[in-house]
Amino acid sequence: MRNILAICKRELLSFFVSPIAYFVITGFMLLVGFFFFNYLAFFARMYEMSQVMAFRGGQIPNLNQTVIEGLYQTMLVILVFLIPLLTMRIVAEEKRRGTFELLITSPVTVSEIVLGKFLSLAVIVVVMLSLSGIFPLLLVVYGSPEIPPMVSGFVGVVLCALGFASVGMAVSSFTENQIVAGVSSMVTLLLLYVIQAPAESLGGVAAEVLRYLSPIEQVQNLLRGVISLQSVAYFVSFITLGLFLSQRALEAHRWR
Amino acid sequence: MIEVANLSKSYGDYQAVRGVTFSAAKGEIVGFLGPNGAGKTTTIRMLATYLPPTSGTATIAGFDIVKQAEKVRQKIGYLPENPPLYGEMTVSEYLKFIAEIKGISRSQVRLKIEEVLERCFISDVRHKLCQHLSRGYRQRVGLAQAIIHDPEVIILDEPTSGLDPRQIIEIRQLIQSLGKSHTVLLSTHILPEVSMVCNKVVIISNGQVVIESSLNQLTKEKDLEQIFLESVSREDVTVAAPTMNVA
Repeated sequence: MRNILAICKRELLSFFVSPIAYFVITGFMLLVGFFFFNYLAFFARMYEMSQVMAFRGGQIPNLNQTVIEGLYQTMLVILVFLIPLLTMRIVAEEKRRGTFELLITSPVTVSEIVLGKFLSLAVIVVVMLSLSGIFPLLLVVYGSPEIPPMVSGFVGVVLCALGFASVGMAVSSFTENQIVAGVSSMVTLLLLYVIQAPAESLGGVAAEVLRYLSPIEQVQNLLRGVISLQSVAYFVSFITLGLFLSQRALEAHRWR
Repeated sequence: MIEVANLSKSYGDYQAVRGVTFSAAKGEIVGFLGPNGAGKTTTIRMLATYLPPTSGTATIAGFDIVKQAEKVRQKIGYLPENPPLYGEMTVSEYLKFIAEIKGISRSQVRLKIEEVLERCFISDVRHKLCQHLSRGYRQRVGLAQAIIHDPEVIILDEPTSGLDPRQIIEIRQLIQSLGKSHTVLLSTHILPEVSMVCNKVVIISNGQVVIESSLNQLTKEKDLEQIFLESVSREDVTVAAPTMNVA
């Protein structure tokens, strides 16, 4: 446990000494802020229109569905592009500068290295997402959204982001080139993001499988306020798989 | 302390190390000599449990480097060819991290850091970032990292490369003082260094040990330089492949 914390602490120090973390977090906030404004303006317009149409049986738009759920969906897209920027250096940099040899020959296990590094990523992801949580919270002050789906949706976004981070780390573990790691994780995550796209045309079992594999399909329940055991189990196994692959990759230098 | 038996390593068809056998007793400082590309670094990486051998075995402090790698890692201090520093950390932050992952107890951490800062003459740079250090200081911080937990066996891969004459003298003195209580395996291709520091010599050429002897015995008749050239030229030095760059 002490080893895991030591490695996590060292990673966090690296993140916050280098400008990467600040840039990624700032960029994320900027984008989320812009989309929040966008969804809110759309909601306001819909609301106005519904007032005019009310006597003809027009529907009053739902704040949760239009603004919060929409914002969460957009955050997932942004994360596909920003998470690789956070994860690309996590192992690749160690290999490039030779500290990897130090870690491997120290009395820490490969699993401890993986867990320590993942923990540091988790801290950054949670900090970043919590900061962006300010936007939905604003709605609590000025409106009356339903709180439970807001919270479950946030949990869904966090789980999805952690899954993305575990994939990014696994990819970074296979190379010593940060750019290669960044591009490959971005491609992998983007593929995962759209993996359910051919489901409709394929139909049958293939469709079921693709839908099951898609993190985006799995997170929908949580975004709508339904905490389903299946989705949580999916994300836990998703993250575990990423960590397992990272662990194998860290031992890959021994295969030659 | 170190027992190496028939250790081999091949990368595909290329045999980097072919059946290396030697040993080192407690308190010995062993000079591990050889021309560039002779397999020094590969052998050392295997002993440090970074690479698994293709065949053969070695034990360090009684533990097998493959089957009991975890135990071996607790017993060794290892300085790779390039000092493994984290540029964005200060020297004392770095040493604190090293102390933690090498399992030094919490109450001892500060004490041990102070001790190696003194020992390696790096007290004056403790608050500097590792990336701002000169080559000589980097090497010494790397050395500090290797000895902070008082390992029984210290493995140093070309510890004096890139240092200025005064720094070389300081590092040699440090290694000599380490030899009193530890077993030191020191790879180098600087011959005078060996005659000054070591009490045992292992010469490797083309992945094979050509000479293993105590320094006194070896240099009775000829000097080390002659011996080195003779033993190495028996093999075809020019064929020696470039050092493998293992990712």
